[in-house]
Amino acid sequence: MSVAEQTPIVEVKDAQGRPPRRNGRWAGYLHLLMARMLEMKREPEVVFWVFVFPLLLAAGLGIAFRNKPGEASSVVVVSGAGAQNAESLLQRSSQHAQFKVNTEDAAAARKGFRLGKYDVVIEPQDGEKLVYLYDPARPESVLARANVDDAIQAAAGRKDMVATSEIISSEPGSRYIDFLIPGLLGMNLMNSGMWGIGFALVDMRQRKLLKRFVGTPMRRGDFLLALLSSRLVLMIIEIALLLALGVVFFHMRVLGSIFTITLLGAVGAMCFGGVGLLTASRAQKIESVSGLMNLVMMPMWIFSGVFFSYERFPAVVQPLIKALPLTALNDALRTSILEGTPLMHQWSRLLVMGLWGGISFALALRWFRWT
Amino acid sequence: MCAAIQCRDLRKTYDGKVEAVRGLNLEIETGECFGLLGPNGAGKTTTIEILEGLLEPTSGAVSILGYTWRENERQLREWLGISLQETRLSEKLTVRETVDLFASFYREPRSTDDVLEELQLTEKADSWVGKLSGGQRQRLAVATALVCNPKILFLDEPTTGLDPQSRRQLWDIIREFQRSGGTVLLTTHYMDEAERLCDRLAIVDHGQIIAEGTPQDLIERLGGHHVVEFVVSGNNGVALAAWRALPSVESVREEDGMVALNVKEPHLAIPALLGAVEKQGGQLEHLTTRQASLEDVFVRLTGRHLREE
Repeated sequence: MSVAEQTPIVEVKDAQGRPPRRNGRWAGYLHLLMARMLEMKREPEVVFWVFVFPLLLAAGLGIAFRNKPGEASSVVVVSGAGAQNAESLLQRSSQHAQFKVNTEDAAAARKGFRLGKYDVVIEPQDGEKLVYLYDPARPESVLARANVDDAIQAAAGRKDMVATSEIISSEPGSRYIDFLIPGLLGMNLMNSGMWGIGFALVDMRQRKLLKRFVGTPMRRGDFLLALLSSRLVLMIIEIALLLALGVVFFHMRVLGSIFTITLLGAVGAMCFGGVGLLTASRAQKIESVSGLMNLVMMPMWIFSGVFFSYERFPAVVQPLIKALPLTALNDALRTSILEGTPLMHQWSRLLVMGLWGGISFALALRWFRWT
Repeated sequence: MCAAIQCRDLRKTYDGKVEAVRGLNLEIETGECFGLLGPNGAGKTTTIEILEGLLEPTSGAVSILGYTWRENERQLREWLGISLQETRLSEKLTVRETVDLFASFYREPRSTDDVLEELQLTEKADSWVGKLSGGQRQRLAVATALVCNPKILFLDEPTTGLDPQSRRQLWDIIREFQRSGGTVLLTTHYMDEAERLCDRLAIVDHGQIIAEGTPQDLIERLGGHHVVEFVVSGNNGVALAAWRALPSVESVREEDGMVALNVKEPHLAIPALLGAVEKQGGQLEHLTTRQASLEDVFVRLTGRHLREE
């Protein structure tokens, strides 16, 4: 093919004189991109799954896990001798607002504790002594025990040996919603990248539209490129919507520059575009590609730190987790958005995404089935 | 001047087992409308897709306008307009957007407006493809092929499933293209389509060409232009050979009690037939005469009807 065909993109059109219509090098690419965007715009499901659904998810989770103002510990005192004394000590302490104190007989108290209704059980023994029943595996139980003990001891006249004071800090940046939004952003880029490309491709293959395209002089690379670039446009909207939600409703603070975040999003979108292309490179039916997609994405939903930190997994698997493209994207987005880490310090994550995307794209081109 | 389409000893075997095409030779001249006629599964689609460069033949040589697919694919693509069997174009694009999209792949396409007008789609230009009728969709499929101003038009079963009016509309469009100098290769399993549209045709069965020529030629080769069909009751024992022996009868076949004679000159055959029936004491229950058709040719050649699965 000659390289000297790089005529300008402008299309010559004239109603009267009608000089022959001529197409430049990029006419096909531009029309493919435009057609793809129009099709997506006219498909209400796409708008919902790509834009509305992640917003709903973020809003729902954000509300469910919003920071509640210091929730009171629920304390139960077992009725009997000494119960009165314990209760009045708690009421007299300066921290009494932190407790919701109940009185029950021993059986009911223990049952309530087992069901999570009470955080700690106070059992007076032999008149003076108090026994705390608590569960070290339940953070709220540990907290309640410590607070209750502290309050009772202070009320009974204990003297603090060291003078202390407190400053309250609950700033945006360390809340669950702050953790969640970048993770959702990453997951959304993965989902819509994989589905947006994989589904569309297999659908076109099934409809024999790919075969029909191959029957024209269309450049095959342009076709794939147009599919990938359609993702970029969507990516910008996805990022803007989710971040706007975080900023407006959850008062999230975005420390990184918009440019860095967009660039990370673009790299992520391209990376998953490539993976999606590879996943869909040979599948003939929607059903088979759906299974493949889920197989590819499932590990990343679990391991890549979308909803909770992957630090919870054993150290042995950490390197594997960090090699997943979604982990790289989530980490990069999180540090950029929450800590303002510049791009230069993210090169290893960019490399992970670049490798996944690049290798997938190359393999997809080799294996791609057009008919 | 080389042939528009030429192929020699074309073979295609799927998975090393199914022989879809078994040694097929074709030579189609520029400006011709050539038809591949055959029942479903005869290998028509495989053949046309090999010629379109969409399938690799297992063996054999193809040359289009004197070029081969291997060496001149890009150039050939500019020259060919293709309509596949059942392509489902994007439903959420308008007719105009679809034609524009296909036009954008070619260096010098025709104006979309002209093509839409020619295919009587101007009124539907801004409708979504999903809202079109079957006939309109098929015309749009042809529009995407014609917008590149092709030298050769490939149509795979262009009118299958269309109503008679839509079929006739498409025939007009194909004839118009041919009149402006284009070459057409189409596949069909409709006899009337082949007879009306094609200058020459090849009857394909089991991956081979079993007859080739102009429709007239093929019918001529039956031996008689006319077909006399009749049913005789009251005497079942008459051998077909007795009818074959009547004057001017070229061949005989029987189907469900109906006897069909291929006849050169009905005015000689029919009186003789009536005489023979009377002599045998039979009762003539039904008698028609009609022009022989390609269906008769096909049945004569294969013993089967074209539409049979």
